[in-house]
Amino acid sequence: MSSSADQSIRLFADRTRVYPKAVKGYFRRLKWLSLWLLLGVYYLAPWLRWDRGEGAPGQALLIDMPARKAYFFFIEIWAQEVYYLTGVLIIAAIALFFATAVAGRVWCGFACPQTVWTDLFMWVERKIEGDRAARMRRDQGPVTISRISKKLAKHVTWLLIALATGGAWVFYFNDAPTLLVELVLGRGSFTVYSFIFGFTASTYLMAGWAREQVCTYMCPYARFQGAMIDDDSLIVSYDTGRGEPRGAYRKGETWDGRGHCVSCRQCVVVCPTGIDIRDGQQLECIGCGLCADACDGVMEKLNLASGLVRFDTLSNLNAQARGETPHYKFFRPRTIVYSLILVIVGMAMLAALMLRSETSVSVLRDRNPLYVKLSDGSIRNGFTFKVLNMKRQQKSFDLSLSGIEGARMTVIGQAKKPVARVSLSVRPDQVGTYRVFVHAPAGSLPSESQSLRFVLVDRLLNITTTHQTTFRGPPAR
Amino acid sequence: MSTNIEKDEVTGTETTGHDWDGIKELNNPVPRWWVYILYATIIYSVVYWVLYPAWPTPDGGTKGVLGWTQHGELSVAMEEAKAAQAGFLARIAKTEVQAISSDGDLLNFALAGGRAAFGDNCAPCHGSGAQGFVGYPNLNDDHWLWGGTVEEIYTTIRYGIRARHGDTRESEMPAFGRDEILTKDEIGLVADHVLSFTGTGKSSAAAAELFADNCSACHGEKGEGDTDQGAPRLNDALWLYGGERATIVETVSKSRAGVMPAWESRLDDAAIKSLAVYVHSLGGGQ
Repeated sequence: MSSSADQSIRLFADRTRVYPKAVKGYFRRLKWLSLWLLLGVYYLAPWLRWDRGEGAPGQALLIDMPARKAYFFFIEIWAQEVYYLTGVLIIAAIALFFATAVAGRVWCGFACPQTVWTDLFMWVERKIEGDRAARMRRDQGPVTISRISKKLAKHVTWLLIALATGGAWVFYFNDAPTLLVELVLGRGSFTVYSFIFGFTASTYLMAGWAREQVCTYMCPYARFQGAMIDDDSLIVSYDTGRGEPRGAYRKGETWDGRGHCVSCRQCVVVCPTGIDIRDGQQLECIGCGLCADACDGVMEKLNLASGLVRFDTLSNLNAQARGETPHYKFFRPRTIVYSLILVIVGMAMLAALMLRSETSVSVLRDRNPLYVKLSDGSIRNGFTFKVLNMKRQQKSFDLSLSGIEGARMTVIGQAKKPVARVSLSVRPDQVGTYRVFVHAPAGSLPSESQSLRFVLVDRLLNITTTHQTTFRGPPAR
Repeated sequence: MSTNIEKDEVTGTETTGHDWDGIKELNNPVPRWWVYILYATIIYSVVYWVLYPAWPTPDGGTKGVLGWTQHGELSVAMEEAKAAQAGFLARIAKTEVQAISSDGDLLNFALAGGRAAFGDNCAPCHGSGAQGFVGYPNLNDDHWLWGGTVEEIYTTIRYGIRARHGDTRESEMPAFGRDEILTKDEIGLVADHVLSFTGTGKSSAAAAELFADNCSACHGEKGEGDTDQGAPRLNDALWLYGGERATIVETVSKSRAGVMPAWESRLDDAAIKSLAVYVHSLGGGQ
C-alpha cells in the first residue's frame, strides 16, 4: 500500500468534533418531551409497587433472576415461558420497521437511548460550557483555570448521571428500596456493583465521548435503514426546488431568480451528527429534525414560509419538482404488511397470555433402570412428576392412571401400599416434585412398551388433564 | 486480483488496489476509537502476560506474578463447597440413619450425597441405576438378602458381606454337589422342589423331604428365606443368579457366596448413612 503513495497516507481518521448549537422549535420540543418521558419511565419504573400478596415480591416491574421469574404488574412469567420475550422482541422489531417505513429514522432521532442520553449530556455541556461558539472558542484557546474547572464540572455531572443510569438498571433485578439501602451501606453484591460500574462506564463513554460515532460506526440499524424506507417515507429533506440556487441574502433584496436558502448554515451547526442536510439523505442522519427547526427559525425572520427543511417524502419532492400536486401515501404494501404482522403477533401474544395454563405438569420417566421386576412378578416404573402451580393459592390434585389394567402406584413420602389414586398438593407459587412408582401386575403387559396416561384432576376447579407417557417392561418372550 | 492503486476521482481517496469484477475498495482510514480499542487490547494482553500464566517455556511456562493457577482456583472452590457441606455432614453424622428421612432438608442432602457416592463406589458392581447384574443384587426391587430397612442397609454397607471385618455379615451355603452331601439326582429333585414354590416346577414327596432336611433351616419351609442369615427367598419371581432349573442345580451343587466390601474403612459415617438413605429411596426400601 505505502509503496505506491508519494505522500504519506494517514491511516487513522481524526474525528471531526461536532459542536451542536442550541435550537428552539417544534421538533426540539418533541425531543424534550420524549426525553423527559423516557428518562422518567426508566428511572422511576422500578419504584412502582404492586401488591401480589404475602411472600411475593411487591415490585411492579421485577426480573428475579435467582427465582427464574419475571413480574410485570399483574403478569408473572416463569422461566419456561421466556418465549414471550420472543414475541415482545418481534413486536419491537416490526414496530421499528413500521416507524421507519412511515417516518424514517424517528426511533434514532427521538427515542433511542443513545440519542436520549446524548441529548441530556449535551444539555449539561451547554449549561456548563456555554453554546457552540463559546465551546469552540474555549477548546481552541489556551488551557486556563476556568477551562479546566468547567470541563471538570461537566465530566463530574456526566459521571453522576451515568452512575444514576447504571444504578437504576440494577433496581429492575432486585427489590429497589432494599437494594438502595444495601448500596448506600456498601453491602451490595459484587455482581450488583459490577453491573453498576459497567453501565456507568458505558453511559459515560457512549453519551459523553462517542456520541454520533455510535450511530455512524457502531449501530447496525443505521446501515440497513436504506432497505426500510421508500419513496413515500417521511424523511428529513431539504426542498432543493425551493432552496436552490442558494446564496447569501441581504435585507431588501428580491427573491426572484434565486432560491430561499440563504446559506446561513444554521441547519449544519445544530446537527448533532455534524452533517449538511442539503446534501440529501445520508447515512449519518438520525432523523431528529433539528435542522428543520433551525431553518424554520431563519425563514420566520425572513418572513418566508417555513418548511424549507422538513419531514417530507421523496415522491412528494419529485412531484413538486415536476409541478404536480404532492400526494402523501400512507397505505403502501410495506406499511400494510407491517401493520398486519403487528396485529397478528399482538393478538397471538394476548391470546397466549390469556389462555396460558396456570398449572403445568411435566412427567419424567426413569431411564436407568427402565423397569424393575418385583418379587411378586409385577413390573415397576419410576417417574418424576413435577406440577407447577403458578397460582397464589394451595392446589391439590387427584392423580390416577389409565391404560394399564390393574396398575397401582406409590408416591415416595406417602403410604407404601400401592393404590389406584393418590392426592398431591402443591404450595402456592411453587413447583411440587413427586417421585411416583407405578406398579403393573404380572402378566398385565402384552408388550415391552405400553402407553400409560396420568390423569390429574385439579380438585378446586375440577379440571382434568392427562399426560401421555410410556410404561416399559421386560422384552416379550 | 490486480493491485492497481489509484486515486478515486469522486472522493480523492486512494483505492486498496483490489478489484472484484470492477468493484474497487476505497482505502479509508480506520476510525480512531477502533484503533484505541486495538491498543487497549494489546496493553491488556501484555498486562495479562505479566499477571497470569501465559508463555510456554521448556520447563513448563511463565507463572505470572499473581501466582494464579486453575488448580488453585479449583481447590479454593472445593474448600468452599466442603465448608458449605460441613454443617449438613455434621448433622448427618449425629443423626440416627432411620431419623434422617424425617428432616426434609437433611433427606434431600443425604439423597444427593448418596447418589454421588453411589456412582463413585457402588456402580461398578450394582450398575449406575442400581439395577444390578447376575450375582450383584438389583437394589431397586423389594427382594433383600440381608434386609431392606434403612438400618439393615446401613449395616450391610458399613460392614460388608463376607468381608474382612469382624462384624461383617457372614453365612455360608454348603456346596451340596461338590462336597458330596447330595447326589446329582437328589440335587435335581431339590431344584424341582424350589421351582414348585413359584409354580414353575413339579415337586414330589421325596423332593420335599430332601428340601426340608437340607435347605429349610435357612431358606424356610416354604422358601420364604431369612434375612438374618442372608438366605434368599426362593418363592418369589426374583433370582440373583437365575431361576432356570440348570442354574438352580448349579447353585445347589457349588454354592454361592457373593462378597461385598466393608465400606467402614473407605467411607466416613455420613457418606455411609447417605448411601443407605439413597439405596432405601430407590423404591424397594422397607
